[in-house]
Amino acid sequence: MSEHFDILVVGAGPAGIAAAVSAAAAGKRVGLADDNPAPGGQIWRSGTFQPAAARRWLARLNAAPLVRLQGWRIFDSPQRGTLRAERNSDCRDLCYEQLILATGARERFLPFPGWTLPNVMGAGGLDAMVRGGLPIAGKRVVVAGTGPLLLAVAAHLARRGAKVVAVCEQAPLRRIVPLTAALLGEPAKLLQGIAYGVAARGARFFTGCWPIAVNGREKLESVTLQRNRKHWDVGCDYLACGFHLVPNLELPALLGCRIENGFVVADDLQRTSVADVFCAGEPTGIGGVELALLEGQVAGLAAAGRTAEAEKLARRRKRQGFVHALRTASVLDPQLGKLASDTTIVCRCEDVPFAALREHANWRDAKLHTRCGMGPCQGRICGTAAEFLFGWSAASVQSSIRPPVFPALVSSLGASAKETCQSDGLPSAGASTGSQKEIL
Amino acid sequence: MPDPVRSLALRVNGVPLTVAPGTTVAAAIMMAGAPARRSVSGEPRGPLCGMGICFECRATVDGTPHQRSCQILCAEGMDVRTS
Ligand code: FES
Repeated sequence: MSEHFDILVVGAGPAGIAAAVSAAAAGKRVGLADDNPAPGGQIWRSGTFQPAAARRWLARLNAAPLVRLQGWRIFDSPQRGTLRAERNSDCRDLCYEQLILATGARERFLPFPGWTLPNVMGAGGLDAMVRGGLPIAGKRVVVAGTGPLLLAVAAHLARRGAKVVAVCEQAPLRRIVPLTAALLGEPAKLLQGIAYGVAARGARFFTGCWPIAVNGREKLESVTLQRNRKHWDVGCDYLACGFHLVPNLELPALLGCRIENGFVVADDLQRTSVADVFCAGEPTGIGGVELALLEGQVAGLAAAGRTAEAEKLARRRKRQGFVHALRTASVLDPQLGKLASDTTIVCRCEDVPFAALREHANWRDAKLHTRCGMGPCQGRICGTAAEFLFGWSAASVQSSIRPPVFPALVSSLGASAKETCQSDGLPSAGASTGSQKEIL
Repeated sequence: MPDPVRSLALRVNGVPLTVAPGTTVAAAIMMAGAPARRSVSGEPRGPLCGMGICFECRATVDGTPHQRSCQILCAEGMDVRTS
């Protein structure tokens, strides 16, 4: 079965919501596909604490005449103008005239002894779990790694009653606070206040500090932290640990969008190197919520043919001189690449240890000989780590992307060509009724 | 007494569990104290990314294996199995 749209937006985070709402307001038939249970992306994941901008844009989304494809995961592009998506055991072709990719970012994870134990999670990972109902009140949490998420996550968990025992940031806080502000689209002053608030609740802040091991048998029991040459153990229930953000480039790469220095190349109107394909938000550079909203609106208007309005908005971006601080600032300390021991698992899907990878010259070689990156995550975790650990180029990791970009059911993979857009000629989807429709 | 409107009853490895609506299956698995899966070499694993990227939270949901439990919401009467 297939659905037809003038404009298809992939990803319902800030950029995707802004793009879809803007394009729908311009009178286009718009579809918004997202693989999470609810819109908002990772940064506006529904929970008790939502910034005003999130509430405003989610309300706009709810009022917009567009088709929401929530819970649908894109796994292939069988032909130009068509993406193939799956939800549960349902498979659908989503056909478009113009495509806007707003696939967002994920955390970078780096291996160290014990990092595979249950209850060691990403910083955003634990935050997402708590927003997804995991009780955290009274639990001891160590927040560690680097990047703009840590402080925000520590603050959120503390407000939910967690005992944040330590916040360990590899980089200096004065560099991180402005980044966190940019990421969330909140003033730096407020963030400073939040940092004090977390500290006031008993958390200790350490900079130049990171975990070197996690101890426990069936799950995390304590974490060993290191600062300067000292190390010490801290007992905890959860370690929330991530090392900055990396963009989700699998879909742009699959479609052939030009990628340079780890980001999708987009012009002032968010057009990629591929005709009729736009990209907005973190895949074009980790720039935070405000920039993502602006890029999303520009992409939505441009895709809808409202070029003058799009250009005007794009100029605002230049005038305001959005600082792309997030793109470059969080340089990882090279010592972080030396935490894994020979037996530390790097590829969690196939249990490939550090020693087995080290002897290979590049990602392709390592993949062929060790099966790293061949499991269901397709290198999203270990490939990103290997880039940093071994200096293997991001390009080689991306160029090995093949459909399906996510594992799909055999029945979906077998969907035949006669089910794709060109040949079935089904009328367009429900957006033409002018009211919102959720495909169930 | 769990409020019937504001709570959902499901089973994780056969053990009954009550959660609030909006709770993800991954969170329910963690509440039940079970690892989500065993790795190819038998290590216990639990959710890592919370956003559908890492596949560490895979579990069998209502008989369908290898579901990313962090992207599925709990439903009344759901049967969740971890390995
Ligand atoms: S926790 Fe990573 S996919 Fe669910």
